[in-house]
Amino acid sequence: MPPPDVSVDPVTQATGASRAAPAHRRLSRVTIVLTALSLVLAASVTLFLTWDVGGHWDFALPRRLEQVAALAVVGIAVAVSTVVFQTLTQNRILTPSIMGFDALYVLLATTLVFVLGSRGVAQIPDLAMFGLSTGLLVVGATLLYRWVLSDQSRGLYTLVLVGVIAGTLFSSFASFMFRVMNPNEFAVLMDELLASFNRLDTTVLGIAAVVLLAGSFAAFRMRHTLDVLSLGREKAIALGIDHRRTATRLLVIIALLVAVSTALVGPIVFLGLLVANLAYQLTRTHRHAVNLVAASLIAVAALTLGQALLEHVLDFNGTLGSIINLVGGVYFIALLVKEARS
Amino acid sequence: MITLDALTKSYGPATVVDAVSLEIADAGVTSIIGPNGAGKSTLLSLASRILGADAGGVTADGVDVLNAPSRAVATILSILRQEHHTTARITVRELVEFGRFPHSHGRLTPECRAAVAEALAYCDLTDLAERPIHQLSGGQRQRAYVAMVLAQDTHYVLLDEPLNNLDMVHATALMRLLRRLADERGKSIVLVLHDVNYASAYSDRIIAMRDGAVIQDGPPSLVIAEDALEAVYGMRFRVHELDGDRVAAYYR
Repeated sequence: MPPPDVSVDPVTQATGASRAAPAHRRLSRVTIVLTALSLVLAASVTLFLTWDVGGHWDFALPRRLEQVAALAVVGIAVAVSTVVFQTLTQNRILTPSIMGFDALYVLLATTLVFVLGSRGVAQIPDLAMFGLSTGLLVVGATLLYRWVLSDQSRGLYTLVLVGVIAGTLFSSFASFMFRVMNPNEFAVLMDELLASFNRLDTTVLGIAAVVLLAGSFAAFRMRHTLDVLSLGREKAIALGIDHRRTATRLLVIIALLVAVSTALVGPIVFLGLLVANLAYQLTRTHRHAVNLVAASLIAVAALTLGQALLEHVLDFNGTLGSIINLVGGVYFIALLVKEARS
Repeated sequence: MITLDALTKSYGPATVVDAVSLEIADAGVTSIIGPNGAGKSTLLSLASRILGADAGGVTADGVDVLNAPSRAVATILSILRQEHHTTARITVRELVEFGRFPHSHGRLTPECRAAVAEALAYCDLTDLAERPIHQLSGGQRQRAYVAMVLAQDTHYVLLDEPLNNLDMVHATALMRLLRRLADERGKSIVLVLHDVNYASAYSDRIIAMRDGAVIQDGPPSLVIAEDALEAVYGMRFRVHELDGDRVAAYYR
């Protein structure tokens, strides 16, 4: 093949030197970032497990190990679902939580208690309740958000608005049901729903871990497809991706992961936004094989470190959720302002 | 051969593409011209399954483009549209490597790397290969996306207004490159153009559209003519013969 004789570009000529930047330098940046994040994670977990045990190892360690496991499940679920959602929607501001996925889960669980009654719920094992709420969320969220995302002409701000409105609507419906519920059912519901970082619901930890592994594995297997999706819908179709089917599959994965994290600790709106964007900035690559792992490492490290600090330094005066929402909310506004300027 | 069979698309009461049937040859350069809103870009989007058609069908080498698995279609037909927005941080080489996705499914073979290197060289991008695409000028970025389509190595290449945002140096370079692809590799290139003179100088066949229908179809000698162009654009043209090309003048 003869070299092209045309299109002599002065910029091309001037930057001939940049050709030397080899692939392994980028690779090594990725290696460094992932190694550093793993070390930070190991340190956070060690700190969480050993801080101020006071000799009661046989009491403290199993309890804390269970907490670490729950935080790890939540962190990975939030990180993976956010990265996948942001690639699917072609933006770095929206997350499943901001779009109302968590609120929908709470609404569905509330509706279940409302419809079945406290006796009905008492007869159903916790695992079945979790399975039922999760199943409903997968169906509901997939149908709803596939419809929301199907019209490509909607801009980012329309999507933000839809998300805020959907989230508020779901929460309002849920609180309406709280009000008209009888006290017994309300007590059952609180038991089912009001999980938080200080009150981890570990009864469903085992099944949640299984769902998490399945969902994350499925997302990781689709990493090359996700890479292509980051070019946008049209280019993905041109490169042979069945966009409709892929979007549905990804929404199912996202809904499963949101159900996992919401069942364990309740809604945490801004954690995903923080960890996903931090991961993109650190790794500086589009490859999902890297970003999925990096975001997960950051999320688990942040949760364990934050919880350790909260318990020992702040003496539980405050919850991890509210701190995440404070930091994440400020970051969210900053991102919106930056997006509006560009 | 690509066959379009009565392709139709409406938005509400407005029919944008009205039962268009066409056959595109196995090799050569086919240009689609016409005024704004004639349905040129929509036709290309329908033919490449980017946009769902209301009615009609498309086959390429006997493959049902609209219903066959998307991946199978992506090995025989590629489409490049004008929207190049991505939030991802990608270098030129990584972008061009995406062109191999229909063949490699994400794992690059030595054959893929050779195709990528060749596409980069063909578009004069070898020196820019490690640059992030968001740092490139409009013309360079356009070439990078064209290189991605070349790496995809499909027999049919569809391009929607590829000369947008290019100065005449880069526009001419791109048209020469497309011509070479058709001549040297026997590819069939279909492109939407606004500049009738580029269409005249580089096409084997020109299809002129107006109001969602094809109203002129033939070699440049037939379509680049004063009466034919006036029927398409509703405006008077003067057509001159210059060094063997038919050149339309429409500036006054």
